[in-house]
Order: sequence, then structure tokens, then C-alpha cells
Amino acid sequence: MDLRFRPEYEAFREEVRTFLAQHWTAEDRASAPPVNPRGMSLGTSVRTDERATRFRLAAIERGYLYRHVPRRYGGSEQPFDPLKLAIIQEEFRKAEAPGELIGQGPSMLVPTLLEHGTEEQKQRFIRDTLLGKIQWCQGYSEPGAGSDLASLRTRAELDGDFFVVTGHKIWTSNADTADWMFALVRTDPDKPKHEGISYLLIDMKSPGITVRPLRQMTGEADFNEVFFDNVRVPVSNLVGQRGQGWIVSRSTLKHERNLIGSSLLSERVLEGVRFLAQALELRGRPAIQDPVLRARLVELETKVLANRYHGYRLLTMQARGEEAGLAGMVTKLYGSTLGYDVARLAMDLLSDRGLLAPGESEAPAMGMFITAYMWSIGILIAGGTANIQRNVIAERGLGLPRDPAVQRSQTSQR
Amino acid sequence: MDFGLSSDQVLFQSTLRRFLAEQCPTTRVRAIMETETAHDPALWQGLAELGVPALIVPSEYGGAGMELLDLALAAEELGYACTPGPFLGHALATICILEGGSPAQRERWLPAMATGAVVATVAWGEAGSQWDPQSWSTSYDGSSLSGQKLFVPFANVADLIVVGARRPDGSPGLFVVERSAAGLAIQRLAVVDMTRKVQHVRFDNTPAIPLDGSAALQRAMDAGCILIAADAFGGSRRCLEMAVSYAKTREQFGQVIGAFQAVKHQLANMACELEPAMSFWWYAAHAYDHIPDQAERHAAMAKAYLTDIYDRVTRDATELHGGIGFTWEFDLHLWFRRAIFDRGFLGDAHYHRERAAKLAGW
Ligand SMILES: Cc1cc2nc3c(=O)[nH]c(=O)nc-3n(C[C@H](O)[C@H](O)[C@H](O)COP(=O)(O)OP(=O)(O)OC[C@H]3O[C@@H](n4cnc5c(N)ncnc54)[C@H](O)[C@@H]3O)c2cc1C
Repeated sequence: MDLRFRPEYEAFREEVRTFLAQHWTAEDRASAPPVNPRGMSLGTSVRTDERATRFRLAAIERGYLYRHVPRRYGGSEQPFDPLKLAIIQEEFRKAEAPGELIGQGPSMLVPTLLEHGTEEQKQRFIRDTLLGKIQWCQGYSEPGAGSDLASLRTRAELDGDFFVVTGHKIWTSNADTADWMFALVRTDPDKPKHEGISYLLIDMKSPGITVRPLRQMTGEADFNEVFFDNVRVPVSNLVGQRGQGWIVSRSTLKHERNLIGSSLLSERVLEGVRFLAQALELRGRPAIQDPVLRARLVELETKVLANRYHGYRLLTMQARGEEAGLAGMVTKLYGSTLGYDVARLAMDLLSDRGLLAPGESEAPAMGMFITAYMWSIGILIAGGTANIQRNVIAERGLGLPRDPAVQRSQTSQR
Repeated sequence: MDFGLSSDQVLFQSTLRRFLAEQCPTTRVRAIMETETAHDPALWQGLAELGVPALIVPSEYGGAGMELLDLALAAEELGYACTPGPFLGHALATICILEGGSPAQRERWLPAMATGAVVATVAWGEAGSQWDPQSWSTSYDGSSLSGQKLFVPFANVADLIVVGARRPDGSPGLFVVERSAAGLAIQRLAVVDMTRKVQHVRFDNTPAIPLDGSAALQRAMDAGCILIAADAFGGSRRCLEMAVSYAKTREQFGQVIGAFQAVKHQLANMACELEPAMSFWWYAAHAYDHIPDQAERHAAMAKAYLTDIYDRVTRDATELHGGIGFTWEFDLHLWFRRAIFDRGFLGDAHYHRERAAKLAGW
């Protein structure tokens, strides 16, 4: 074990710093468009204005962003090196410089296209997605198909060079602002559940699409219902083979869970709680002196750190070319459970101050804590619920038998 | 940056695991723990031949010169196998002498401790002291010790005892007492964890040799927290493995119980707790040697965190075995008892969390 960065990495860090000093000035930083106080949704993508795009192009040119994507599709095509990646992320964060965009498009669709897309699809979509010029939404869930995703019913019938799509998607995050959707649709209703599904890219401006916002418990409306009424989608927008959509979607889902399990959000919220505990009074003395609160803070800090070190371990396994196995399967469950515990501590600490809704100027930290608290439930559900993750850990990680009922319906869980 | 074990460490661990599987299956654990001492010299000798007591002893004293992480990996395997014997106290006494001994004192004791020929232990506990050295009442008058220590592991087989006591100026310090010393009385105690017996030790003007204990005491306590965390992890992992394999074979309602979701989810939760917890104690052990400003706090957090998990995992695993899990015949209670020792010895989870809070400046 060696937690130092070797000299060549320290030199690389210097290089990144110099680049940042030259290309992302104090003026650039200050020119940030107003921050979206929601800032918590899964589709969060930071700064895609002109300055940010100009900077990103320079950073790609230098080999700092989208290292796993070939140059001809808009990436910087660098050898795999998780340590350099960690250094880049750290330094970009410190300088508040626009890094890689995350969210459905860059984090989920791009890897899927790289693995399964046609040359034409890669050329057409990847570059613009990485720069935030195309926004994507993920059209998987349906009213009757959530955890049991393979029972989806939205139909796509072949008509010449087009698929004609009719059906209903739900919980589609950011569908109202997205330009395109990657969707799972049923192309062969007579085949067994898993074999009749295809993966389609659908232009959200196509005639016949209706998007209806769904208000969440947080009061915001990030997700939506999407209705398809005879929407015509060119056959060239099929990713992978017809009927192979289930296999194509596996690669998307894996990336989704890693995105959700990361430790950053909990670390940020816990930092806020600590600050709050030092600033607030509880029964006439600084809250941080309350023994129960202290114990809970330390307990959660331990878990937040464990999550961080767990990330180091996964990174090392990756660098060594080892399979993450069970260690990789637990990230979403651990991270999302922890997110809830941390946010609940914040709410307990706020006590009656937590009655104020986000946006109310008197609300502590602009309501960040209550937003985090509510979102911690969303995160528990999105991308496969906690119980589905437990099934995955038990069956694929510990080798326990499949649920007999699930086995009978031949369903793979989300 | 590399956050993982070296191939040497992996090899050492698997060698030790194989040795313990052969030499110390639970039938042997039971036989040893039923004896008066719970110490099997042959097993101790076997561990010594594998180099366990020599791991962190510097090479100039005949040791392997390794780090605390290596020693903690050994502790993990001993916890996994629920091995009885004086490992923990011996390791802590070794660290006391290593950190607080003069060159002459090190030269005198460490080589024999490295080979396991001399068995040592630590006497730090006192009734009501909550493991806080500030409240020790055993005292040293300049040449000898007087007072009583509680919870001294394997005092009855130890050749050397490193005692925590007040110096003449009132500050806590460390003192070495040899087995032959006058005025030493050891009283047997009935204990929950039969694999690690503890005794009551009385000192009545007992001649003792002082170590330069100021920094050594904290170092040894930190090491103790980390070794216990590793032991707790090893035990937890073993209990999870036992529960998983039982769930794959025991049938009820016409199918193996592992197909029932309630059972699966309980097991999945255990696995989900253990994976990041392992990364945590690895980090704590690494910090002990390489990141001094984080060492003490991480040790305290590791002790509290891992022993909490050990408690839950042993309970859940026992419950998942149904009635058989509650019998004396079945092995699970060996770990269940060990988890109780790990939680209580050197201070409970509350004590260590409060310490971690103080160390953060709160
Ligand atoms: C904030 C948020 C954003 C989302 N964004 C998107 C998006 O952009 N695109 C998209 O396609 N979807 C999205 N989703 C949908 C999400 O993927 C589904 O909600 C999720 O997969 C669960 O499906 P469901 O809601 O139908 O619940 P159900 O599948 O009906 O589950 C209900 C309850 O039953 C439990 N359950 C079901 N089956 C089992 C089983 N076999 N074993 C144990 N328990 C079971 C579940 O754990 C859950 O607690 C989003 C959801 C949220 C909350």
C-alpha cells in the first residue's frame, strides 16, 4: 500500500495546475451563470455556456477530459490511468473549472454507444453530447415496468425504414429539456420477454411525442411522463441488433449505478452538518458539544471516509486490472443508504428550522439540507431500488439462488 | 497511489489462513479454550515459526521489520479462525517496548519476544477506569508498583507484563514486570470470550522497570484499536461465510432458505457493511505508520466502527442458523463471544467516538 503519488504523477499534477492557471482565470470563474439552487438532481450538468465549452475543448485537446473516448469522436484518447484521472478531477474541482459533464448523456449513453453504436451514430452523437450540446433523457421505466423492466410494453413496429413507436414512459428525468431520448422498446412482442426488446435513439422533437411534467415530493419537476403516439424513428437509430436491446442496456445500467453510489454528495452534506453543528446552539450551548450529536457525527464521518477509501480500493483494482466483483456491487446501496443517514442527521440538527422550504431566504443554507434529505429517497429508488441492489449482491455477489418466482417469469431485474 | 495489498501480503495471509485451517479448526479451538490457560504452546510455536510474533520487530532484534498493516492482516486471520492464545497482549507489549524501550531494554527483551520464546502481555485495565490512563490508580514509587489491574489477557502464561501505572509525578507511564517478581498475585476470572482469558493482577511493592512511556502508551493503544478492528473484521467475514453456506444448503418449505428474499437481504446487508469497512481498517493501519497526524483518530474510529459491525454480524449470522445457531455445540457463539471481548477491551465504541470528536477539536 502506498498512498503517495510517485514523482511522475506529481509532475503531472503541476502540468494540470499550470494549464488551469492559463486557461481558467479568475474572470472565467466569476462569470458563472447563476447556480441552480436545486443542484441535486441526477441530471446535474454544470456550466455549458460558451466560456465553458471553449475551455473544455482546450482541455480535451490537452488530453485531460474524456480520456476513454477516441479523438475522432471528440474525446482525448489517452491510455487508461485512474490515478491521472483522480488528479485531474481533484485539480479541476479546486479551480472550479468545468470538468467532464455527467448525467444521462455523457455518463450513460456515451459508453453504451462506444460499445454498441454504429460508426455513423458515434460520429453524429458523441462529440456534441460530451460538450453538452445534445441533452439526453433515459426512457426505460414504464408504469407497469420498473424493477421488472423487461416487462415493458411500449411498441415499435417496423414500417419500411422506420420504427413506429406507441406507448408510455414514466419517471423520465429531464425529458422536458432533453433533445434526445435513449429508450427501450418492444420490437418483437411474440418473442420471450428479454429477446423482443430493442434500444432506440428518439428525437424528442418528433411529431407524436407529448411530455408531461411530474411534480416530485421535493416540489420540483425533474422527471416526466412521456407519451408516444405513432412516433416515426429511422431504423438507423437502432443501437445494437434488433432484439438485443436488453444486452445493450446492461452497459448503461452499470454506469448509472456507479454514478449514483459515489461518495461526493454525502461528503459535501456532512461537511455542511459539521459547520452547522458548530454554528448552532442546542439547549443553550453550541450543538457540537451535545454528546449524542458528537457520537452520531463521528459515526457518520467514519462511514463517509469508509466510502471514500472504498473508492480508492476500487480505483486500485481498476488500475491493476482486477475484477471488482462484490466490492463493486455494494457501492450504490452503501452510498445511497449513507446519503440518507447523513441528511437525516442534518434534519435532526435543524429541528424546527427545518420547517422552512428551500427558497425561503431564512432557510439554513438555502434549504440545501431538506433538499438533500428528500433527494436521498429519490436516490435510493433511481437506477434500481435498494431491494433490487440487495438481490443483485446476494445472487451475483454471494451466489445465492434466484428467487423462484422471478426465475419462473425469466426476468432479469433492473 | 496504490490502495491494496502487495502480493507478499496476500501470500502471507493465505499461508496463515491455511495453517490455521489445518492446525486450529474449531474442534481444536474448543479443546484449547476449555483448558485452564487457553494457551497451546504448540500452536504458539507454529505461529512463531510462521513469523507472526516477529512481524513488527525490527530486523536488528531478529524480527521481520514489517508494518502495523502486516500485523493487522495476521490479526484478521486469527480472528477469522477464532484462534485462542496470547497474540493480542503479546503484540501490544512488543509495541510498548519497541516504542518506549531504551536500546538496552529492546536488546534485552525483543529478540526473545520475536521468536515467541518469551510470552508477554499488557496490564492496562482497572475497575472503573474505562481504559482512560488519566484515571489509573496503580502507582509506581520509583522502584516498585502497587495496585491492581483488571482484564489482563493471559497474565497466567506471560513471562513479562507491561503495566500501565502512575509515575511519581502523577502522569501515566509504562512499566515492565517479570514473572518472577516478588509481590505479584494473579487471580483467575470467569470470562465470556474463552479464547482470550483475562485475569486480575495485584502488585504489592512489586519491582518494575520503567519504559519511556509517554508516547509509547498512545502508540500501543492505537495499535491495539487497529488490531482489534482487524480481528473483528476477520470474525465478521467468517460468520458471513458460514451464514451464506448454511443458506445454500438448509431447506424449508421445499427450497433452500437462501432463495427467500428476507434471508438474502439480511446477507446482502452484511456484505454491504463489510466491504467498505475493510477499506477503513486498512487505511487506519496504513496511517499508523505513514500518516501520523491521522493515526490516532483513525484508530479510534476503526475500533468503534468495526466492533459495531462485528456485534451485528455475529447476531444476524446466529439468527440465520435458527435453533442450531443457539446451541453450545454449534460454533457461532465462539465468534459471538469474541465480538463481546473486542467491543469491551480497550474501551467501548462510545468512548472511542468521543475521543475522535475531541481529537477533531470539537
Ligand atoms: C429520482 C428518480 C429519477 C428517475 N429517473 C429515471 C429516468 O430518467 N429514466 C427512467 O427510465 N427511470 C427513471 N426512474 C425510475 C426508476 O428507475 C424506477 O422508479 C425504479 O427502477 C423502480 O421502479 P418502480 O418505480 O416501478 O418501482 P417498483 O418496481 O414498482 O417497486 C416498488 C417497490 O417494490 C420493490 N420490489 C419490486 N420488485 C422487487 C423484487 N423482485 N424484490 C424485492 N423488492 C422488489 C422495490 O424495491 C420497491 O421498493 C427514476 C426514479 C426516480 C426516483
